[in-house]
This record gives sequence, C-alpha cells and structure tokens, in this order.
Amino acid sequence: MTTVQAPAPTPVAAPGATRPIFDWLLVLAVLGVIGAGIRIVLFTPFEAKQGAAQKIYYIHVPAALSTYFALTVAACMSIVYRWLHDERADRLAESAGEVALLFATVVLTTGPIWGKPIWGAWWTWDARLTLTLFLWFVTAAYLVLRGAVDDHAMRARYSAVLAILATLLIPFIHLSVYLFRTLHPMPIVLKPERPSLPAEMLTTFLLSVGAFAFFAAALMRARYRLALLREQAEAA
Amino acid sequence: MGADSPAPALLAASWLIAKKDLAIELRTRSAFLSVVVFTLLGLAIFFFAWDPTAVSAMDLAPGVLWMTFSFAGLLGLHRSFGVELEDRAMDALLIAPVDREAIYLGKAIANTIFVAAVLVIAVPAVALFYNLPLTRTIPALGGIALLAAIGLVAVGTLFSAMAVNTRMAELLLPMLSLPFFVPIVLASAQASTRLLAGRPFAEALSWIKILIAFDIVFAVACTVAFPHTLEE
Repeated sequence: MTTVQAPAPTPVAAPGATRPIFDWLLVLAVLGVIGAGIRIVLFTPFEAKQGAAQKIYYIHVPAALSTYFALTVAACMSIVYRWLHDERADRLAESAGEVALLFATVVLTTGPIWGKPIWGAWWTWDARLTLTLFLWFVTAAYLVLRGAVDDHAMRARYSAVLAILATLLIPFIHLSVYLFRTLHPMPIVLKPERPSLPAEMLTTFLLSVGAFAFFAAALMRARYRLALLREQAEAA
Repeated sequence: MGADSPAPALLAASWLIAKKDLAIELRTRSAFLSVVVFTLLGLAIFFFAWDPTAVSAMDLAPGVLWMTFSFAGLLGLHRSFGVELEDRAMDALLIAPVDREAIYLGKAIANTIFVAAVLVIAVPAVALFYNLPLTRTIPALGGIALLAAIGLVAVGTLFSAMAVNTRMAELLLPMLSLPFFVPIVLASAQASTRLLAGRPFAEALSWIKILIAFDIVFAVACTVAFPHTLEE
C-alpha cells in the first residue's frame, strides 16, 4: 500500500499549451485521409476477382499498421517512463494507447465487412483475427486501468508495467493462435520478395498508409496536448 | 533491505511469506472452500451447455476444466493481496526486512499451492463428471495443470497486487488477467485433448513447450516487474 503521498506533479509550463488550441496538424491529417479515401474510391482500379470488396484493403491494412505504430510508441514510452520517470513519456504512452484502440477498432470493423463477401463469414477464429482481438482487449484493459487509479505516479507505474508485460504476451498469443489455425491472406506488400501489387494499387496503398500514419501521429499529438491541459487544469 | 541478497536468502524470505499466507488460509479456509465449490459448480453447469449427443464428453471436458479453472483461479488470486488491505497489512510487509521480490515470490508460491490444491479436487471431479478414464486422465491433466497453474499464478499474482489498489478491483483483475490466460488456456486445452484421446505425446509436445516457455518468461518478468509497481 502506498502511504507516502507522491509529490504533486509540478505544473509543466509548456509554451502555448494553455491557449485553446486549433490543431492545424490534425486538420491536415484529416484532409490527407479524405484525399486517400477519394483516391481509393475513384482513382484505383477494381481488383479482378474480389471487385469492390478488395478496396477495403487500403483502409484495413494501413489501419492495422497504424495500430502497430501506436502500440510500439506506447510500449517504448512505457519503458522510457520506467527508466527516466519522465511524466511526458507516461502521457505519450497514454495518448498512443488511446489511438491504438481507435485504429484497432477500425481494423476489427473493416475486416468483417471484407470477410463476409470473400470468406462467407463475418468472423473466423483465425490467428491474426484472434491476435488483433486480444490486442484490442489488452489495450482496452490498459485504458480502464489508467482510469481506475487516481494517484498520478501509481497510475504511471501500473500502466507501464502492464504495457511491458503485454509486449511479452504478443508473441505467445501469436504463436498459440497460429498453431491453432490460420486463414488470413498472407502479406502481399510487407514480405521478403517484391510487392505483388500492380503499380496503381501499390501507389494507393502506400498513400493510404502514409495518410493513416500521419493521422495517427496527429491524433497522438492532439491527445497529448489534451492530457497536458487536463493536468494543468487539475493543478490549478 | 538489500536488493541483491543471495538466492537462498530470497527463497527463504519468500517461503516465510508463503507460509504466512497459507497459515491464514488454513485457519480460515474461507477462500479454499468457496473456490472448490465454484469449480465443481462450473464443471457441472458447463455440462449442460452442450448437447452431449453432438459433442462427446471426452472432447468437452478439457475445455470446461480450463475455463472453470481460470475463473476459479481469479477468485483465489483476488484474495491474495486483498487480505493485505485490512489494517494496512501491506505496509507492514513492505517495511519488513525482505526484498520486494520476495513478497511477490512468497505470494506466488502460496497461490500456486492454493491453486494446486483446488486442482487435486477438480481433476478427479472432471474425470468423474465427464466419464473419463481415470488412469489416463490423472497423469495427463495433472501434469499440464501444474504447468498451467504456474503461468496463471505468475501473471495473476502481479495483477492482483495492482488491482487491489484501484477503484474496481473485482472487475479489473479479470480484465487484466484473462488476455494473459489465453495462451495458457489454449495450450492446456489443446494438449490435454490430444493426451486424453490417447494420441502420441509428440502431438501435444508443441503445446506443452508453449506452456513451459510462458511459465519461464512470465515468472521471471513478473518477479522483476513487481518492485516496479511499488513506490521507490
């Protein structure tokens, strides 16, 4: 039990953080995603066998990559927090965790929409689906844990420990569900050989990956600034 | 307290703490009885969740056992640090001249013994309820159960220590623990289904390897992580 009260967090005087913020970067990122969406719908050819359903690939895979990106940030920042005890790392880990949950939700919603016409089922207990689902659960638990602890320092410690353990868990879930069964399409871009996607589709895909990653980064930044404002409001 | 006390001293301190917890449990028997009854209840209720003519009891039994076991384990684990809340006993533990790792290890040892004791009743019970051949069931399920218990307790003990200090401990412990139980439940169920069906041991081996790897990785990681959950 913690009897000793942790020292109150000193208000961080970040220049410009107290002003109501108009987030230009976020607006730019949203425009980027909309632009990618227009290209996906209007300027990318239909795939010969799957037709329109395949276009979800340009959202599904970039969202999945952004999830991994955000989760990596959360895990790295948790390690940095344990190492340097820097509150900024904890705040960034929290922001990345929320963004990861958002993108994982996108992955888990777009997947079944594609799966129904192509596989004939909304959901299957395939290795990757299961792994993504449990990543979603762990991320949700991470955020619930953060919400359930009032003390700043304790919250940061607990969530950092959970994030680091979750990183260790991923290979185990992956291995066990992979041994169980897999049905998911194999990667066609991120593989050792050359990408087997036609040039036009590849361009759309890469644009979409860029737009989503940028959007994820902008959201993390926005969320980080919100966390900072909230702390300042609490300290005031 | 020296953070680098030799291994025998660490184990001796851990054993002292484990003995304390087991003594409390032995004198009150509050958790053990309820967890055993819960397990038996789970085994019995799950039987009616499937049509016994469609799914043979032999195929059903391992899954039922591991699901019931992981929920029952959570009940026991919740108490592990829950008992230290009363009269702020945790503070006394923390100022005791032992390493913080020893507190975790002691709790984990006590929990493993607790869970193993539940299994001593649960494994024959599942054989009885689901009409399994006892000679094959006891060694197959018993061995896997021990491996599963170690992994379950390693993770659950750490999360129990964290969850008791939060606003919704009863809800948070399963939420944190269950995703970590996935590889355990999956691997134990797969391994035991194969062994119960009389398949060669080699078919279950890759699952057992996952269990052993999980135990080692998380026993070490959680022991190292526990002091990090406490104030410096």
